[in-house]
Amino acid sequence: MMSTESGARSEQPVVQAEGLVKSYGEVRALQGVSFSIPAGSVVGFLGPNGAGKTTAIKVLTGSLAADEGRARICGHDVESESQAARAAIGYLPENNPLYPEMRVDRFLRFSWQAQQVEGASETREQAIERVVEATGLSSVYRRAIGACSKGYRQRVGFAQALLHDPPLLILDEPTNGLDPLQVVEIRELIRRLGRTKTVLLTTHVLPEVEALADRVVLIHQGHKVADDSLDALASADGGRLVQLSVQAAPAQLEAVLQQLGLEVVQLRSGAFGLDPSCRALVRVASFAGEQLAAIAQAVQQADLPLLELAPHAGGLEALFQSLDATAQVQKTAEVQA
Amino acid sequence: MRRAVLLARRECAAAFDSPIAYVVLATLPVLTALFFFVLGGFFAGGTADLRAFFALLPLVLILIAPAITMRMWAEERRSGTEELLFSYPFRVRELVLGKWLGALALLALALLATILVPLTVAWLGPLDWGPVIGGYLGALLLGGACLAAGLFLSAVTANQIVAWLLGVLLLAALNLPSLLLPFVPVSPGTARVLLAVDLRERFQGLARGVLAFGDLAYFVGFTAFFLCLMGLVLENRRFR
Repeated sequence: MMSTESGARSEQPVVQAEGLVKSYGEVRALQGVSFSIPAGSVVGFLGPNGAGKTTAIKVLTGSLAADEGRARICGHDVESESQAARAAIGYLPENNPLYPEMRVDRFLRFSWQAQQVEGASETREQAIERVVEATGLSSVYRRAIGACSKGYRQRVGFAQALLHDPPLLILDEPTNGLDPLQVVEIRELIRRLGRTKTVLLTTHVLPEVEALADRVVLIHQGHKVADDSLDALASADGGRLVQLSVQAAPAQLEAVLQQLGLEVVQLRSGAFGLDPSCRALVRVASFAGEQLAAIAQAVQQADLPLLELAPHAGGLEALFQSLDATAQVQKTAEVQA
Repeated sequence: MRRAVLLARRECAAAFDSPIAYVVLATLPVLTALFFFVLGGFFAGGTADLRAFFALLPLVLILIAPAITMRMWAEERRSGTEELLFSYPFRVRELVLGKWLGALALLALALLATILVPLTVAWLGPLDWGPVIGGYLGALLLGGACLAAGLFLSAVTANQIVAWLLGVLLLAALNLPSLLLPFVPVSPGTARVLLAVDLRERFQGLARGVLAFGDLAYFVGFTAFFLCLMGLVLENRRFR
């Protein structure tokens, strides 16, 4: 039923938020936030801590009611059609709350039944088999959730969100508190899920958005301050940056980059403790593989040992820094007033 | 209703995954047997009669009912799983009924464990099982009412101990009139009003196996009142 319904409503955005306002006493967490997410996209919902991301997510998932404005999930109003809207969402809350005393298999059976809608195309066992395979949970399938590592608990959170095969996944800080290896695993999982589902990903980790999202909705102090593709946001900083390190003198690298017609934003000697060596920040039109491959090839043809070649999150970082600066100015003005 | 039963089963399983179920299943039979056989003077009475056994239940439930319900919402709220539960397509009435049915099932198991008391009495002398069955049905009604009050109090706090203490205080207050009125001079009208809301007094008829409409309506109304209050608390918290 879920697939048919989502198919019938495919013309509509999967998420549509219009003028969301939410206050907690004196604190205005959301001040008229509007955005929409079309089917099949991975959207990063970004903002500094306290920006209003989690409040907006709670409104979308039906855990909180907005004071003003409305939100729709797959065409269902989150308040008047709350059950249908919630049935269309797979939700991984921040901090991934689970029942530690329950075994993974029992929790998944409970979650499947709790989230089940009439006319499901899969049996419970089929659905569980699908998510256990997708999230790699087979080795802890009969273990108590509380006895699993944090990485596996995060996978259990993902598994429960995927059980009813929802068209929309809302992931609130999905890599929060994980070690670097677990972060890589979870990002790979999100990347795979993003091929078949619409994903709304909240985080304040910029490289995560760079790695996963097609588009970014940026909120700050309850306002939406940006809503665009990563490319467009990055170009707000004049283009995307690539960090490049080679085992050669700065002049040698500069010559190669000039031959490629690339703008060198920064060039300094020294990289990885080698002598000679240098590190450069180069502006590129996009992070397309061809662009990076052309740089690598040119460096190799010039016989310069390549030490590092990686995208540099300049655009979003710059945008974040400008938000912080704005906030500081506002705070100062408030204090002075 | 399917989701309510699902939640009830999860609650029962969760109780058995923690010490609570075992403590309740051990405490209720032990306490009732101890009070009935040892302190209640059953052997001095010389009759195979369980009225004193059922008369004890409202007092024992002051401690036991809040112990069953104290974690049911408070722990969900403290650990954050309440948000997960709210994100699933449960209706508020399914959440309310599910939690209550789960608690009631656990209490029913504990009451079943007290069956050793009537069996012992029946072994010692001729026992009329009619009032015993009526008494157990009444105990379920009484227990359901106490659990509804306990669940409401668990829904208003994130601390299990606070939920238990509030439950004990509320249930104790609702048992006090019948205990204190013999010693406190009040007008007959006031006494009638106080006794009309007294859990222990209302249960006396059921304990004798007499199903009076007024008593049934009281327990059903009491349960419905606290379940509705719990629903309002959840609705308010979810959409606040």
